[in-house]
Parts: sequence; C-alpha cells; structure tokens
Amino acid sequence: MNLLNILAEIEKADPEVYGRLDSRRRVFRHLSGLGGKLATAAVPFALGSIFNKAYAGATATQATVLEVLNYALLLEHLEATFYNLGTGSIAITSALSANNVKSLNAIKTDENNHVAFLRGVITAAPFNAAPVTPAATDFDFTGAQGGSRAALFADVLTDPNTFLAVAQALEDTGVRAYKGSATDLMSNKTVLEAALNIHSVEARHAARIRTMRRGGLQPAGDRASFAAPGVNLSTAPKSWVSGRDNNGPVPGTTDAVYGPGTPASGTAATIFFPAENNVIQAGANISALLTTANITGLAATSVAAAASEAFDEPLDMATVKAIARNFVKTGTPTFALLS
Amino acid sequence: MSDSFFSRSGALHRRTFLRVAGASAATASLVLAGCSDPAPAPIAANPNLLTLTDGDVGLLNYLYLVKQVQVAFYQKVIGALPGDFSDAEKLSFNDLRDHELVHRETLRFLLGTNAYDVLLQQPLPLDFSSLNLATRAGVLTAAQQLEDLSVAAYAGSLRLLAAVPTAALLAKIASTEARHAAFVRDLRTPGSFAGTDVVVNAGALQSVSLAKTPTQVIDETKAFFLPIVISPILLPTV
Repeated sequence: MNLLNILAEIEKADPEVYGRLDSRRRVFRHLSGLGGKLATAAVPFALGSIFNKAYAGATATQATVLEVLNYALLLEHLEATFYNLGTGSIAITSALSANNVKSLNAIKTDENNHVAFLRGVITAAPFNAAPVTPAATDFDFTGAQGGSRAALFADVLTDPNTFLAVAQALEDTGVRAYKGSATDLMSNKTVLEAALNIHSVEARHAARIRTMRRGGLQPAGDRASFAAPGVNLSTAPKSWVSGRDNNGPVPGTTDAVYGPGTPASGTAATIFFPAENNVIQAGANISALLTTANITGLAATSVAAAASEAFDEPLDMATVKAIARNFVKTGTPTFALLS
Repeated sequence: MSDSFFSRSGALHRRTFLRVAGASAATASLVLAGCSDPAPAPIAANPNLLTLTDGDVGLLNYLYLVKQVQVAFYQKVIGALPGDFSDAEKLSFNDLRDHELVHRETLRFLLGTNAYDVLLQQPLPLDFSSLNLATRAGVLTAAQQLEDLSVAAYAGSLRLLAAVPTAALLAKIASTEARHAAFVRDLRTPGSFAGTDVVVNAGALQSVSLAKTPTQVIDETKAFFLPIVISPILLPTV
C-alpha cells in the first residue's frame, strides 16, 4: 500500500483534500506518527479515521442537526411537563417518602433545564431558528390521546405507582432516543457532546426511578437502594435494563420502549437499532465471547444477562415518535410534529 | 500494597511498549519516504512510559485502561465485601463487576491487535492502596468515585472519536455507566443520583453531565497505575 499515492489520487478528485485534512503536515503527523508512534497495524485504522473526520461535516447537514435538536426538545418538553404535573399532584407526593419526592423534584428541575438549554441552542447561531413550542395542554399522560381512545394509564397523575411506571418508560425512552440520534450530530461536535451528556443525565434519572420502584414508595429509613431486584422485572426492575425487562413496567403496553427499532439489524459498520436484549456488539456475540474467555468469578449463568445489561441500545426517531404519540392529544400541532 | 510489575515478573515485554509507544523504524521510514520532514527523534527508552497513540485507537486504549481499573476494583472488593453489605447489595455488585467485564472484553475485541496489552504476559497490577476498602462506606465511596469518573471520561471523549460506529458503540456503554454511577450514589446517599458535583449546576449547560478530558481522567487515576505512567499527549483534543 502506498499511502502517498492514495493521497495524490484523492487530490485529483478532490483538490481540497488537504484542506479537509487540516493541513498536509497533519496528515504526515498522523501517518508517520510524531516521533514515530504509529504501529504498522494501526495505519489503515488511522487512515480511515482521518477521512471520516475530514468528510463527516460535508455529508451531515446543519438541517439534520437542527431537526434532531427540535426532536430532542419536543421529548424534553414532554418529560418536563410530566414531572411538573406529577410533582404538583398531592395524591402522588403525599404517598412518597420525603426523599423520593426530593428525587422527583430534582429530576423535574433537570428536565426543565434541558428544555431551556435546547431552546437556547436552537435560537442561537448557527441555527438562529424558532424552537418547537408545544403547549402543556397538548399532552395527555393517561395515554388516551385526549379521549380519542381508552386510557392506557388512567390514574397516572393520581397513583404514585402508575406515575413511577410511566416515568421509567419515559426515561428509558429518552436514553434510547438521544443515543439513536447522536450519530446524526457528528458534524457538530459541540452539540454532539451536549446531547450525549444530557443523555447520561437521563440515564441517571432512569436508574433512580428504577431504584425507587424496586424499593417501594416509603422505604424504611429511605434506603430504597437496598432492595434486591424481584423475580418480576416489570414491578421490581434492576437499576439498569436487563434483557427486555419483561417488556417494561406494563407488559403489553410498554413493550416498544424495550423492543427493536428500524432497522433492527445491521453490521458492525452500520447504525441499527436492536431490542434491549441484544448481545451482538461490533459484530461479535459478546455473550459467546465471554463464555470463551472463561473469566474467573464470572458465573456462566450470568453471562447472557450481563452481556445485555452492559449496553443500552439506541432507538430511531420514527420509533421514538410513535412511543411519544401515546402521550399527546390527537389533532394538536404537537401530535402532527410527532407523526 | 504496591506491587511493581517489574519487581514481580521481571520484565514487561519491551515489544509491548514499542507497540504502544512507537512504531518500528521500518514503518517510519516507509511512511516518510518522499517526505521532506526530518526523521523523528529517537524515543528515549523509558520502560514505564505508556504513550497512547493518536486517533481512535489511542482513545479506545485510553477507555480500555480506565475499564481495567474498574474491573480490577470490583474483582478486588467482591472477593472481600465488608460484612455490612446486605445480600441485595452483594448481588448488585456482582452485576456491576459483570458489566465492567463485558465492557472490557468488548473494548479488547474492538481493539484487536491494537490493544495496548496484546503482548502483556499478565495484566498491569493495579494498586488500590490509596482506597479504604475495609468498610462499606469506604467501598461505596471508591465505587462512586470510579463510576462518576468513568461517566465523565465518556462524556469528554466521545466527541473526539472519528469513526461513527465506534462512537455509537461507546455511547451504549456511556449510559450504562451513568446508571451504575446513579445506583452507587443512591446506595451511599439515597437521592444523590445526579448530584451537583457530577452534573453542571449553573449556566447554559445546567443539568448536563460534567465532562473530563482524557488528560484530566488519566491524572485522576495515575496512582492506580504506578509505576506505569500513561501519557495522553498524542490523543486527539478536538
């Protein structure tokens, strides 16, 4: 392989190649290694990286980034409204321990801050755009879509157990949604980092809600986290997603939150959206890989669950929108945005 | 206890460090043929210096090293959890250890022959003597420190990756680490899952996870690796 010839050939097709690569000097810094630290085996890997970096911005448009930002904002509005209503419900807060109420208030604050942050990004340069602004009354957390069908969670704002069940589904959806769209943000590293770091706060929320559901509404001494996961992952989940979590808090209704997106399968080089019980990463069956590795202390019976639990799977925009529509009144502008 | 890899086993394969810290002379001359840049200066032979390479390989090796710390930590504490750990907590710590093992093996697979430890005869002996692991509070404090650090490490490095599928895969790990961190924090102090020490609490980025650069993370973990010194100077920074 003659690397210099490759660059010369690319230059014929794309005279700006060196501009894209920062500078000719930088190419050689990559290829030769400053002080010679690039092993032979790493050269093809590094070369791929250089070109990925150089062309990422040219293919992903600013419009794509803006679309993702407004989509994330809509989901944050949904979550913020949900917690604003829930923490305002005496029926819910009076049934929970003080510490559990405090946790819900902290999550509410975070979600409202996420709304403010995303609105700020969208209105500022380079986007200078109008952010989506759903009315709080566009949402219907009972899942009846404003009365156009039977409610899925009729007592969501009066029964703390139902509220926490829906909260878990929303937080787990949020984690998957951000992850699913992150790769569309690679052209804007600042936005990418912010989105991924909102996403990890969502994961902290999800873990907290799960710990609360496992520990009960008024855990003795507020030590909710002491409870072991129950046999039933729907009612006493782990703090992380295990397999498909028995299809979530309400099996038959919350299945999509833990199921596959579109496309559901692919190769190590493509982006796809498997269900949460997926154990194939980077093209390898991690469960099998661990079994072969025969690691001291790792119980054979734990391998399959661990291989699934260790990764949160992404979800595509269309699938997430379908989940979110459950909580929006039909005929509203917000419903249209999610369709 | 501070076991030195060298005093115990005699030698860390010199080739290993060449692999991580430098290319062979043949590689350098092959690539530099026809280039007017002066030949790179020879690297001073410091057998304890592990210089991470540029690009995604360097970043993956960096995250792989952080993962080694987490795995070794859980392996160590699970073997001797203080008596005041409840049965439920012990089960959860098994899960945490298993997840970290899964992550480590996945990163190892992803790196293939580019893994820094391909030629190591045994893993780097990590030194946890700076941690108090004799009490439940001490174990939880240390676990929280490492999980929060891991979250901050992913938060600060995913944007530096060039390959999209690699970034997508690491994002799957990042949120699991955040779940771990929240859970361990709640064990230690119920309700502290997203405390203001790990989530930005002022300004435009309020309620967004705190990120740390590879340099910051390596600095915070350096005591665990001694006498090995890890250098991030070649890692991407933008």
